[in-house]
Amino acid sequence: MSEEQEKNYLDNGEGFRSWFFTVDHKRIGVMYLWAIGVFFIVAAIASFLLRAEHLTPGPTIVNADTYNVLFTLHGSMMVFLFIVPGVAASFGNFLIPLMIGAKDVIFPKLNLYSFWLYLAGALIFMLALAAPADTGWTFYTPYSIETGANVILITFGVFVLGFSSILTGINFIVTMHKLRAPGMTWDRLPLFCWAAYATSLLQVLATPVVGITLLLLIGERYFGLGFFDPAKGGDPVMFQHFFWFYSHPAVYIMILPAMGIVSEIMPVFARKPIFGYKAIAYASLAIALISFLVWGHHMFVSGQSKLVNIIFSVITYAVAVPTAIKVFNWLWTLYKGSIELSTAMLYSLAFIFLFTIGGLTGLFLGALAADVHLHDTYFVVAHMHYVMIGGTVFGFFAALHFWYPKMWGRMFDEFKAKIAFVLIFIGFNVAFFPQFIMGTLGMPRRYFNYAPEFQSLHVVSTYGTWIIGIGFILMLWNLMRPLPGKAPANPYNSLSLEWSMDSPPGTFNFDDIPTVTEPVYNYGTKIEEGA
Amino acid sequence: MGIFGITSKLIKSIAYPSEMVPSIEEDDGHHHFDAVTEHEGAKLGMWLFLATELLLFGGLFAAYAIYRAKYPEMFMQGSKSLDVVLGSVNTVILIFSSLTVAIAVKAIQENRIKLVKIMLWVTIICAAIFAVNKYFEYTYKFGKGIFPGTDIFYSIYFAATGVHMLHVFIGMAVLGVLLRKVYKGKYSKDNYTAIEIGGLYWHLVDLIWIYLFPLLYLVG
Repeated sequence: MSEEQEKNYLDNGEGFRSWFFTVDHKRIGVMYLWAIGVFFIVAAIASFLLRAEHLTPGPTIVNADTYNVLFTLHGSMMVFLFIVPGVAASFGNFLIPLMIGAKDVIFPKLNLYSFWLYLAGALIFMLALAAPADTGWTFYTPYSIETGANVILITFGVFVLGFSSILTGINFIVTMHKLRAPGMTWDRLPLFCWAAYATSLLQVLATPVVGITLLLLIGERYFGLGFFDPAKGGDPVMFQHFFWFYSHPAVYIMILPAMGIVSEIMPVFARKPIFGYKAIAYASLAIALISFLVWGHHMFVSGQSKLVNIIFSVITYAVAVPTAIKVFNWLWTLYKGSIELSTAMLYSLAFIFLFTIGGLTGLFLGALAADVHLHDTYFVVAHMHYVMIGGTVFGFFAALHFWYPKMWGRMFDEFKAKIAFVLIFIGFNVAFFPQFIMGTLGMPRRYFNYAPEFQSLHVVSTYGTWIIGIGFILMLWNLMRPLPGKAPANPYNSLSLEWSMDSPPGTFNFDDIPTVTEPVYNYGTKIEEGA
Repeated sequence: MGIFGITSKLIKSIAYPSEMVPSIEEDDGHHHFDAVTEHEGAKLGMWLFLATELLLFGGLFAAYAIYRAKYPEMFMQGSKSLDVVLGSVNTVILIFSSLTVAIAVKAIQENRIKLVKIMLWVTIICAAIFAVNKYFEYTYKFGKGIFPGTDIFYSIYFAATGVHMLHVFIGMAVLGVLLRKVYKGKYSKDNYTAIEIGGLYWHLVDLIWIYLFPLLYLVG
């Protein structure tokens, strides 16, 4: 083919300028991937220190103030610098135009500015480390107004990151509306794109609210505004309402793209059409919609009225419905499939298992009576990590492996990748399952010290993080050392559009915009046999 | 580059997808999308952006509703202390500027470049007068010892009008950039998307004020 003469997107231009000023969505996606990867590692190191601190009650390696700074650093970096922009900005950027049959996103320059804003936000965030915040990632008032730490700078950093998130969301939505290839109707759109669409809606509609909240918090510290200050007639709980009006939908900003990834990987390695395409697609939108109505479940013990609590509890249960629809559809996709346990598939299967645990324990917390007991305990920490690591990070790792040949044009060693997977999977459960038990026994979250009877569980949990660490280093080392030789265009015999071009793709993706004539997931049907 | 620089670049980048090629090395001059897609895409993008702006102010409106229900007396008193005359003048000025920017959009579609220039100038001048009036209002309040932290009403007053003022400045920057490009002859009846979506942004600035004015000045 003549395409072999054309340079692929990785070779097309060398040096800093060719990357930093590129408007190629694939390069921008790769830059996001590197950036979030770095922040992920920094935040993960903070978490290893936190866990090591808990090897013994009382001071082990750091003092109490450093501990507060460390968990704030871990939480806020993981949330705002890794997981919110994470999958959507990196794989979203790389994949959406390829999947819908477009040459780029609709606003390529805006895309680059979004990335710069992300870097600017991250930079401001880093500057704040000169007087690091100790508020936790939630910046709850009144403490965030009173503490001597540099809250203004860190929240302004988050504000700028929010701007980046909004612009990326707008870009993706308009791209999917306007640039789908001929024949790429909405009911043929890959499910990753549906998930990215729902994510983008949340980014566009929820982020401005945290924007004004953080502006008001800054105004409170700087100009003495009284919104959240009881001395001036304000109400600190209002901050919580505002904050969670964004931050609960943000949970779905984090998880929806990972659900999209799993929806892509399942049919490829089960060699079956995805079961319930429309149900999964609409479930993404339903999750996005309902997620706006459940924020109050973070405040069951804040003195909210009982009626409000009950309403929020019921709606919280409702969000489990579309989520469960997705899980059952994935399981049904596997049923009687010809399952190939590739690394990406293993991560996807682990996603279903761990995410189900995370989701179901979420219902414990959504139940009013149980939440009073479990609120602000390690049970919440464990639930959240089962969703965020077991869900999002496992989905992210699945994507790293699945699209590795497309992104880098090389193959990786499946065997080593599987060993890394096993270590991460076991380590994760060893680290976080004991935290469910600790939580039910009454171990509060964010505490530096703990009662001696918790020590054995804490130690098990800490050992678990070490296993994850070893697995993660192995995974990274393996991915950094690709196998010799060029990756084929379509190593998994996948039917979606991003596999129809060379690996890695040329700068302009498609020589000619393709025309789509069939649904995306026609595995095991006549089309595939004909190929 | 500063907030104005970013904003003007942002508006430009929404407005000109056609200038964009996926690599700085390989500017082959081919547009990826046809002009209609560009125009529609830019408009959809701007409307989505306006939705985010509404939600940004939505937080302030929610706070207003809650605290007004909680402290009706304070809001009556506070509202009475605001300068209704100056507020009304500013309202008229902003509504008028919305008209002039709308005329500018219509004019560029008919290729009447001179009219576009006049109308954009008038819009920017209106925005400047609005800002000057606001400056006098603020300093008058400060002189009377009223500050953002005085009570909840003034917290909302200063936060809401302050954030709105910021949008007026951003709007002026956007219109200024557009005006400069009109002088450079960049726009015509075949290429007016930027002016149209810049105008949309300015209408939003006006619209927010139309809600802020009665809520703050007229409830007393």
